Amino acid sequence: MKIIVSIKEVPLRDSQLRIAADGRWIEDGDLGYEMNEPDAYALEEALQLKEKHGGEVIAWCAGPAGAARTIREALAKGADRALHIEDEQISSWGTLGLAQLLAKAVAPEKPDLILTGLQSDDLGYGQTGVVLAEILGLPHATIVMAAEVVDGKIRVKRELESGWFQNIQMPLPAVLTIQSGINKLRYATLMGIKKAKTKELKRLVAGDLGVSASPTAAIERVYLPRKSKQTQIIEGSAREAAAKLVEKLRFEVRVI
Amino acid sequence: MSERVLVIMEQRAGEWNRMSFETLAAGQKLGAELGYAVTAAIPGRGVAALEGELAATKLDRVYVVEHELLGDYTADGYAAALEQLVRKAEPSFVLFPHTYQVRDLAPKLATRFNQALISDVIGMRNENGPVFVRQLFQGKLNADVRPGGPAPYFISIQAGAFHAETVEAGTSRVEVFIPKLEASSIRQKPEAPFRESSGAVDLTAAEIIVSVGRGIKEKDNIPIVEELAKALGGELAATRPVCDSGWLPIERQVGSSGQTVAPKVYIAVGISGAIQHLLGMKGSKIIVAINKDANAPIFEVADYGIVGDLFEVVPAMVEEVKSSVVLQR
Repeated sequence: MKIIVSIKEVPLRDSQLRIAADGRWIEDGDLGYEMNEPDAYALEEALQLKEKHGGEVIAWCAGPAGAARTIREALAKGADRALHIEDEQISSWGTLGLAQLLAKAVAPEKPDLILTGLQSDDLGYGQTGVVLAEILGLPHATIVMAAEVVDGKIRVKRELESGWFQNIQMPLPAVLTIQSGINKLRYATLMGIKKAKTKELKRLVAGDLGVSASPTAAIERVYLPRKSKQTQIIEGSAREAAAKLVEKLRFEVRVI
Repeated sequence: MSERVLVIMEQRAGEWNRMSFETLAAGQKLGAELGYAVTAAIPGRGVAALEGELAATKLDRVYVVEHELLGDYTADGYAAALEQLVRKAEPSFVLFPHTYQVRDLAPKLATRFNQALISDVIGMRNENGPVFVRQLFQGKLNADVRPGGPAPYFISIQAGAFHAETVEAGTSRVEVFIPKLEASSIRQKPEAPFRESSGAVDLTAAEIIVSVGRGIKEKDNIPIVEELAKALGGELAATRPVCDSGWLPIERQVGSSGQTVAPKVYIAVGISGAIQHLLGMKGSKIIVAINKDANAPIFEVADYGIVGDLFEVVPAMVEEVKSSVVLQR
């Protein structure tokens, strides 16, 4: 089974975000980056499917040159090789343009399965996988919590709202978007990290792929959300603040 | 495309997803703002029973999109049906409730019109045409997004962003639209939806909930917050990432994919406040947030906040609660 897993690099979860001078994005020059968490679960699912059915896992990432770090991490965890679509301004392609780039890069590989995380922790549009499936003419399922290959088809458990689930079967090849928590993430081993250095990492330049992205939505302004409530921030040392809060819970909220 | 707004309503087995009416309110607001006609559609099989409620709202037209193959939701079937409807009705804006089904469907549909979905919208303003507000970085920042390229534009509306009670009453014409669908072109074969055994924990009955997020760092630290829950006589709850990591059972998860709670007091410990979590607890009477990041979105909904290290604050609270309980006795 040939499985392609799409990975995005996003700012570290605990980053202190500052809005850029032009107000249209964040200052991203000095941020640290990590693998988008839902994509990490997609990679793990791909590795587990490979362990069960054999084949190959190809990790694949569109992003600036620096994203090679995250791609190496995917290789260290067990991906067999990687594709890197390089562009310093990858977000300028928009969702549709990005999916077109990915489609161009992936088509020659003829994978049996394409996995992506459900959504990215930065933009959070949650649609790259679905758009990619549509462009490639493949069936898809989203918010997947389990996947098994049965008789050349894939049967997935989709999460619905409020604790409901549904199993769906589709022919392969197919695209799945993976929900966080579907599996237990592995760490890269020292051996894996060593091996990753010798694995193939193929670079493609986004501008060379012959995609002309048509304009869709664009971010005009980024800003801090307005508070919907007046929050009483309780000052003081941890001990003082804790004491004041407990007092409020006793005398203002009256729950103790 | 013409000056029309089309709202796609969601139902399953003849039951509304009530978020649809919030989206309808958003659609009417957008229509009024732009001077556009507002229409709505219900795709499904045997959904005529639902049309009455829509016919009594102020809409230009209600499309009942009816087909044998729309009984169970499939991405292929619904995308084909709605593509045909959008080509016929020619709206400039197509609005969806941001449900799990819409996340599966709407990006596919938008792609067929060379557009991308503007997903998870929490507000809109008219500034020489509409801009849609959505969250970035799990709620840490907001962004104004302006649609671009040729219409139609596809937008999905987050739960709670608009109010179903503000849907304007009136009358509407009902039109049945029968799409052309082939069973052979629907590749997804859905089975019956099911519920996993919901554990014994009913968080909805709790008056006090102490809830823990990623800030707790590791499983071994869970007893720190568990102590506080015990001292207060409350229930322990958690965010999705904590349950995903196996630090607490999924029965204790609060949020859009877990339980929805509204206790007297909800104490959020080390929870940043991603929208999926807020949806499950923002109805709480009093929300207390303890987080080291003063910019965490949880503080936007908190009544009381402590910006500090939970590993110092929470044990100090436990001590205070225990001593105050002793004093009362």
